[in-house]
Amino acid sequence: MKKFFAKLYIWVLLVILYAPLVFIAVFSFTESKVLGSWEGFSTTLYHNLLTGQMQGNASLLAAVKNTVLIALAAAFISTLLGTVAAIGIHNLKGRRKKAVTLLNNIPMINPDIITGVSLFLLFVFLHFSQGYLTVILAHITFCTPYVVLSVMPKLQQMNPNIYEAALDLGATPSQALRKVLVPELKPGMVSGFILAFTMSLDDFAVTFFTRGTIGLDTLSTYIYTDARKGGLTPELRPLMTLIFLIILILLVIINVRQDRINKQTVQR
Amino acid sequence: MSKRSNWSIPYVIFLVLFVVLPLVLVLVYAFQDNQGRFTFGNIAKFFSDRDALSTFAVSLEVALENTVLCILIGYPAAWILSNRKLNRSAVTIVLFILPMWINALMRTLATAQLFTMLGVTLGKGTLLFGMVYDYLPFMIYPIYNVLAKMDKSYAEAAVDLGATPWTAFWKVTVPLSMPGVASGILMVFMPTVSTFAISEFLTNNKIKLFGTIIQENINSSMWNYGAALAFIMLVIIGITSLFNKDKEAEGSLL
Repeated sequence: MKKFFAKLYIWVLLVILYAPLVFIAVFSFTESKVLGSWEGFSTTLYHNLLTGQMQGNASLLAAVKNTVLIALAAAFISTLLGTVAAIGIHNLKGRRKKAVTLLNNIPMINPDIITGVSLFLLFVFLHFSQGYLTVILAHITFCTPYVVLSVMPKLQQMNPNIYEAALDLGATPSQALRKVLVPELKPGMVSGFILAFTMSLDDFAVTFFTRGTIGLDTLSTYIYTDARKGGLTPELRPLMTLIFLIILILLVIINVRQDRINKQTVQR
Repeated sequence: MSKRSNWSIPYVIFLVLFVVLPLVLVLVYAFQDNQGRFTFGNIAKFFSDRDALSTFAVSLEVALENTVLCILIGYPAAWILSNRKLNRSAVTIVLFILPMWINALMRTLATAQLFTMLGVTLGKGTLLFGMVYDYLPFMIYPIYNVLAKMDKSYAEAAVDLGATPWTAFWKVTVPLSMPGVASGILMVFMPTVSTFAISEFLTNNKIKLFGTIIQENINSSMWNYGAALAFIMLVIIGITSLFNKDKEAEGSLL
């Protein structure tokens, strides 16, 4: 009985959580301009989206491209910067370690809007013209702390002697780095990268304040402008449905892989 | 191995340039007039600005209600998810995080549209619903993490020593899970206060939250007043993070 109510509670929450997504997905199969009015089954929106034939809305595809490129760049650089930083912080001691850890926490505690406004003021102050570069820099700022936090536990779990052993056995420091340290840290780096990538994809406020006036749009700012004008581009519906499906498939793959890794470690 | 600590230097420089300096600039701009002279005028303006003050009060109220609702709804969910007897698959917890990968603005707009279709008038109620909807995963996840790692033998020991399961839950499990609740509060409260766009979409522009006022001022080139409002928010963040000393728990999201 207890189990029944527990399951019911979880399922009710999940149904509410997924209702808007299902709503979008269902109405991606009708041609109507407005979300919520049904004008018969049609796959026209999918066709328009995939062939890029949208009346005056080609900028949606540009926004998608920008979003992905910015997220890839930000995730890649913050993974590099964060991993190197984590190795450094791991080897710091006492008050210095505390100070750097505290600094690393600030971007995570700050709400998006503070990060956005403060970086906006920085770029204004430095007379730095805002565009792709400033958005990527801003994204690196709020992504890197999460990479550091993902890599740190791997450093703590690692036996420091194996790196020394590689050196003793004749490896150069760069060989020891590539063949010993990086493989040990890789799981942390991968989860840091994924985290950074998804945070960048979903960001709205920071991008909004750092994109400048050159007309740079990511998916978030595009949706915002679109909604303020009244009426969303209908092709957003199939786009969101496709994104959701891709993520669902990716997560299933990751989970199956994780399960396999867990089983392997148990066997070891 | 000692040289390894130098590897943190590039990141420290980066943090100083892109985190510390911007925050210092918020402070500088907040206490300057548009001629660059020192002034308390911006802060004074806030305290005499009825609109800003009432928005501020509304934001704190909505954030408080949202946080309480997230705890009330999220805690049982996290508890059920972490309980091996009630939930065996790790997939369920993934299902709770999955919607966060879909653009928040899009989800919010769809929620608002869904309400309109069901004939619900957009206002305070729909705002709270949407906020809970957006922030619930941020409350569930840290609590779940703490509960999942918790040593169950404490609660079992309490029951063995004669406590009812209910007492054991309130006196053992709940206090031990407080770090999770605390980092959940940190991830829900301030982000709610600072929300912009989402509140307008959910209330059809009837209710503004503090984030919107900051955005409006910055976008209409009132940088100094915008910075002063951001500074006021930073002060509150400072106060709330004093309540949350367990910094390690913050990384618990994912």
